[in-house]
Amino acid sequence: MRPRFQLLDRALIERIVGEAFQLIEKPGVRVAPYVVELLRGAGIKVEDGVAHIPETMARRALESVPRGFSLYDRSGKAAMRYEGDQVHFDPGSSCLNILDPKTEQARPAQAADLVRLVQVAEMLPQLSAQSTAMVCSDVPSEIGDWYRLLLVLWYSEKPVVTGAFSASSLHTLLELMTIENGGAEELRRRPRAIFDVCPSPPLNWSEFASQNMVDLARAGVPAEIVSMPLAGATAPVTLAGSIVQHAAECISGITIHQLAKPGAPIVWGGAPAIFDMRTGRTPMGAIETAMLDVGCAEVGKYFGLPTHAYMVAGDGRLVDAQTEMESGMSAALGALAGINMISGAGMLDFLACHSIEKLVIDAEAIASAQRLIEGIEPRGETLATDMFALTGLTGDFLKLKETRALFRQEQHFPSAIVDRGLAAMDETALGVVGRARQRVEELVASYQRRPLAADREQEMIAFALREGRKAGLDGLPEILRPEYAPEPGTSVMSGK
Amino acid sequence: MAEDTYSVMRQSIINGAPETAADLAQQALASGVAALDAINNGYVPGMHDVGEQFARGQMFLPDMMASAEAMRAAMAVLEPELTRLGTERPMAGVVVLGTTKGDIHEIGKILVGTLLTAHGFRVHDLGVDVPGERFATKAREVGADIVGVSALLTTTMRNQKGVIESLEKAGLRSQVKVMVGGAPVSRGWAAEIGADGYAKDAMSAVVLARQLMEQKAQDAVKEPA
Repeated sequence: MRPRFQLLDRALIERIVGEAFQLIEKPGVRVAPYVVELLRGAGIKVEDGVAHIPETMARRALESVPRGFSLYDRSGKAAMRYEGDQVHFDPGSSCLNILDPKTEQARPAQAADLVRLVQVAEMLPQLSAQSTAMVCSDVPSEIGDWYRLLLVLWYSEKPVVTGAFSASSLHTLLELMTIENGGAEELRRRPRAIFDVCPSPPLNWSEFASQNMVDLARAGVPAEIVSMPLAGATAPVTLAGSIVQHAAECISGITIHQLAKPGAPIVWGGAPAIFDMRTGRTPMGAIETAMLDVGCAEVGKYFGLPTHAYMVAGDGRLVDAQTEMESGMSAALGALAGINMISGAGMLDFLACHSIEKLVIDAEAIASAQRLIEGIEPRGETLATDMFALTGLTGDFLKLKETRALFRQEQHFPSAIVDRGLAAMDETALGVVGRARQRVEELVASYQRRPLAADREQEMIAFALREGRKAGLDGLPEILRPEYAPEPGTSVMSGK
Repeated sequence: MAEDTYSVMRQSIINGAPETAADLAQQALASGVAALDAINNGYVPGMHDVGEQFARGQMFLPDMMASAEAMRAAMAVLEPELTRLGTERPMAGVVVLGTTKGDIHEIGKILVGTLLTAHGFRVHDLGVDVPGERFATKAREVGADIVGVSALLTTTMRNQKGVIESLEKAGLRSQVKVMVGGAPVSRGWAAEIGADGYAKDAMSAVVLARQLMEQKAQDAVKEPA
C-alpha cells in the first residue's frame, strides 16, 4: 500500500472548490490588457480590468488540461513525469544570496555559486530536476533571467524548473530553449524545461503573468502556476480560506491558459505560506505552511491535475537543527501527499538564501521521504512464518539467504552525511555541516560536464554572446572568459 | 482623576478600540482636558506600550493594526480642536513612503506608515510600483525629511538604488534621509546602495526614523544652510 497523507475530506474539498468558483465570478479576477480580448472572445465579461469568469467556462478549461506530461533530459529521453501521485524534487529557485560555507555568512550569489549548485544537483539522484536556483549578482540584471538558464543548460542534463521575471525576457528564454532542444517543434514535443508563473495575491494576473501564461500555452511549453496566498495578509487568515484563494487563482489562470491553447500542459502549483503575526515574515518551514501546500495540492488532485508545491525549505539563517527539522518534516509530508514536483530544497532564511551544504543534507531527507512512500510491502509467500521455520527460536536471521536477498529492498542506505556510526565517521568527528561540506567537495570533484552536440553548443554561445553584448557583458561568466570571446561571426571553442 | 482618564485612553489604544478611544477623546474635551494633554499623556503612551509589547512578541500585527485604528479615531476628534486653538501637535517629521518600481507588495510598507503616523510622523504614502522620479517629486513637494523605500522581491530591491539616484538627480539627496526595508533587504544592502538606514520591521522603522531625524538636526548644526 502506498502510504498517503490527507488533510481535507471530500466534502471540504467540494466546499473549497465551490467557493473558488464563486470568487472567480464575483469579485472576479484582475487581468492584464494582454488577455482581455482573448477572454471577451470566449464570452467572459471583463470590466475595468476585472474578469468575471463563469463556472461553466472554468470547468471546461479544467477538463482540457492534460492529466499528465513528461519533462525530458538533454538527450531527449523522458526523465520525469507530472501525473497522479508521482513525486519529484528540485532545488528552490531565484534566490539572491548564498550561504558561504567558509564564513557561514549569507552573501550575494554569483555565477560560480550557481554552477557549483548545478554540478552538485546533477550528481544527486534524489533531485529529478534542476532549477535556475540563484540570481547571479555578477551578471547584469537585465539579462539575469536567461543567463541563469544558460548556465543550468550548460552544466546539466536534467529537466529544468525555470521562469521569467518579465514578459519580454520570456521570449529570450524560449529562444534559448529552442536552440537547446533543436527547434520549436522539438521543444513542444520534448520540453526539457517548465516555466513558473506567479499570480499576485489576491486574484491578480498581472501584465507579465498574464502574458507569460498565454505565450507559454501558445509555445506549447509547460507552465507551472505558483500561486502564493499569504494567510492573514494577502489572503484569508484561515488555512481553508487561503486554499480557496489558491484554487481560485489556479482555476482562473488555467482558464486564461487553456483559452490561449486548449490542451497545453500546465501544473496546479504554489508557494503559499502563513504570515507570521509577530514579524510579518512568511515562514516556509512552519507546519501550517506545509499544511497549506498539502491542502492546495489535494484540491488540484481532486481535478486530476498535475501538482507542485514549495517545501523542503527551512527558515533558520544557518544550516542548523531548526532549518533541517523544518525541511525534513515538509519533505516527508510533501512526498506522502503525492505532489508531483516539490521545489525548495537547499533554501533557508525565508527563501532568501541558498546553501549547497543544505542541499546535500536535504537530499538525505528526500531519500528518506522517497523510502517512506514505498511503504511496507509483504515480500514472499508468508511474512514471517517461513523465516521462523528456518530459524526456529535461535534468532539467527542474519544468516538467512532471505535476509541477504531482501535487505537492500527494505533498507535505504544514506550517504556519509547521516551518522549511522560507521567507523570512518569516528575518525573524522565532524558535525553534520562539516560532513555536508565534505560531500559537496566530493560531488563537485566527481562531476564531469558533458558537452552538447557541437553545433548546438556553438549556436548557444553565439546567442549568448550576442544577447550579452546588448547588456555590455564581456565574455560569458563561468562559460567563456572575456579573452576567449570571439568576434561576432567567428566560430567558438566550447568549454571553460 | 486626570490620571485615570489618561490611563483609560492608553488602554483604549492597547485594546485597539476605536469607538472607545473616540468617545474618551470627546468626553475629555467636554470636561476641559486640553487636546494636547490627552494626546501626550493618554494616547501616545498607549501606542508606545503597543510598540514595546509588539517588540517582545506579546502583541501581534492584527492587534497593532487595531491600535493604529484607535489612534486615528482619537486623533480625528482631537485634531480639529488643536487647529481651533491654533496649537499643533509637535510633528516628528515628514516621510514619503512607497514600494519600488515593478513591485506591488505593500503590507510591510503599510505597517511602517501606520506606525510612523501613530508616532507623530506625517506620512505621504505613494503606494506601489513607484518610479524613482515620483519619490523625488513628492519629496520636494512636501518637504520630506525622510524617504522610505520598500521592496519585497529580490528582483525589485535593486530599484531602491534607483530612488536614491533620482533624489541625487533632483538635488535633494543632502536634505532627505533614505531608509530601506523589505524581506530581501539587509543592512549590508542598505550600505551598498548608499541608503541612510535599514529597518527589519515596522517598529524598528519608527526607531530608525527618529534616529534619522536626530542625524538631520545634527547635520543642520554642522552645515548651517
